[in-house]
Amino acid sequence: MIRLLEARGIAKRFGGVQALSDVSLSINKGEIYGLIGPNGAGKTTFFNVLTGAYVADQGEFIFAGAELPRGKPHEVVARGIARTFQNIRLFRDMTALENVMAGHHIRMKANVWGILTQNRATREEERLATLRAYELLKYVGIERYADTISKNLSYGDQRRLEIARALATEPQLLALDEPAAGMNATETGQLRTLIETIRNDGVTVLLIEHDVKLVMGLCDRVAVLDFGKKIAEDVPAVVQRDTAVIEAYLGGAHHAH
Amino acid sequence: MNELAAVIPWLGTHKPRAARWVVIVLMITAPLIAAFFGRTWMRVLDFALLYVMLALGLNLVVGFAGLLDLGYIAFYAVGAYTWAFLASPHFGLHLPFWIVLPAGAAFAALAGLILGTPVLRLRGDYLAIVTLGFGEIVRIFMNNLNYPVNITNGPQGINALDPIIIFGWDISRNWQVTDNLSVNSLFFYYYAFLACVIGSVIFIQRMQVSRMGRAWAAIRDDDLAAKAIGINVRNVKLLAFSLGATFGGVAGGLFGAFQGFVSPESFSLMESIMVLAMVVFGGMGNLGGVIVGALILSFLPEVLRHHAVPLQQAVFGTVILDPEVLRLLIYALALILMMALRPAGLIPAHSRYSRPELLKAEPVPAEGRA
Repeated sequence: MIRLLEARGIAKRFGGVQALSDVSLSINKGEIYGLIGPNGAGKTTFFNVLTGAYVADQGEFIFAGAELPRGKPHEVVARGIARTFQNIRLFRDMTALENVMAGHHIRMKANVWGILTQNRATREEERLATLRAYELLKYVGIERYADTISKNLSYGDQRRLEIARALATEPQLLALDEPAAGMNATETGQLRTLIETIRNDGVTVLLIEHDVKLVMGLCDRVAVLDFGKKIAEDVPAVVQRDTAVIEAYLGGAHHAH
Repeated sequence: MNELAAVIPWLGTHKPRAARWVVIVLMITAPLIAAFFGRTWMRVLDFALLYVMLALGLNLVVGFAGLLDLGYIAFYAVGAYTWAFLASPHFGLHLPFWIVLPAGAAFAALAGLILGTPVLRLRGDYLAIVTLGFGEIVRIFMNNLNYPVNITNGPQGINALDPIIIFGWDISRNWQVTDNLSVNSLFFYYYAFLACVIGSVIFIQRMQVSRMGRAWAAIRDDDLAAKAIGINVRNVKLLAFSLGATFGGVAGGLFGAFQGFVSPESFSLMESIMVLAMVVFGGMGNLGGVIVGALILSFLPEVLRHHAVPLQQAVFGTVILDPEVLRLLIYALALILMMALRPAGLIPAHSRYSRPELLKAEPVPAEGRA
């Protein structure tokens, strides 16, 4: 097992609320890792700290052998971590294809001079980026909407597009923030297939999800957060029977199971 | 040009080739048509092209990158004053235009960087207020830097700026072909400005369909998501800001040379707002729209200036509304009508940031590649 990401003692406080306290977990290369917990448990905060949107008060992330920069989202992406958002955030006035191409920005090299003179390297890079973006749309299954403005896509397709855009950054770790939110059973099934495909193609997946069925069926390992603390981390079958987890989800009254 | 052609009603959508020819012919013959109405209108036309350049530059900042800049005219001022410093009797320097114009552009870009570095953390309204302040600061500096050391000559402005001289040919002189036929210098200026505008359009189009253009659109549409896909938001914003400023600087230099005179009052807040109005009126982010917006809004006030007074005298016997007041009124009305009827601007066509036809393109030959 190669360890891809290790979080060491992450803590984050917002005013009087300790959103995360001393959270440590590790994700192995090639696995689908689930992060679950009741509302307000700190899952999205963990995401935001990991991707550099927030700076942790304490702790550090070791990714692929080196510490991740703090509070610099673009450098985190460059290192190989991509994310999607709980509430879809696409570039609404661009087409699906352009959204994915924008995702490829960080892997492109053209500078102002190259763009102005349209030299060979720039033209070839642009051509390859277009091809690649189209391939990614095909990968998530929405290539027929390549030319559609993204705000006009259906909800499920917007979710897929967001994943394609994240994949365009060529990540080693793909962090999905509640990708199944608002999806019906069929769409969730398709999403599940897609996530498995992504993993089988060599991208490690970190998944925040409310849909317990999806998480338990899909993830190799699961960590549970409650009030900012990690209360369990194991394979789904074990976590499911953990008393602390059941208590967190069903409330304190459920002492005698 | 295709954008402009598409703007023509009916023809643009049904016969794009014909529409393109109409645009080309109009571009070439515009000064002749203007000359038919008189020299004033040729001047107006030349100025209109300068406004087109300004609007194109501001569109890059506001329309593409979504950064509301209310002090854009300051960069125009930097370009114009650079020309005044480097090519006029004021300091006794008379450098050629191919040094002065790039210098103006470079200084404007630098001003953009200097302003942008601290300010671009701000968003929306806050950014607008700070840039507005910056625009005024530049103007007030120009107004007051005549004491203790006279740099800008204060409110009197700087006189007798050098004209554009291309290989010894002074384009501000009329060309006496025969005794009773002469070609007015305004023609030459028109074509010089036209060349600059065409160059700008090509440049901006290339930027738009590139990783930079997409990054600008990304930060405009969703700042947070742009960060999440690895765009260095600060750098990309700075680039937009200083490139936009560059166009302002070039337009400013041309303005100085054309007018032969610069003074701080040409660079008031009202000018910034006018250029912004052109961008919004035409259709933010859409090159064809912005050009048409700039042309319409620079001709309209002139038409008013020439016809409002006689018309009012004929109808009411006296002048009730001063043309200057009328101009502001028309601007306000145009913007309000725009908001109500076409919130996306006159020509709200979708902007492209990619070329899907590349999917079928052959690989670019690799020979000679580093």
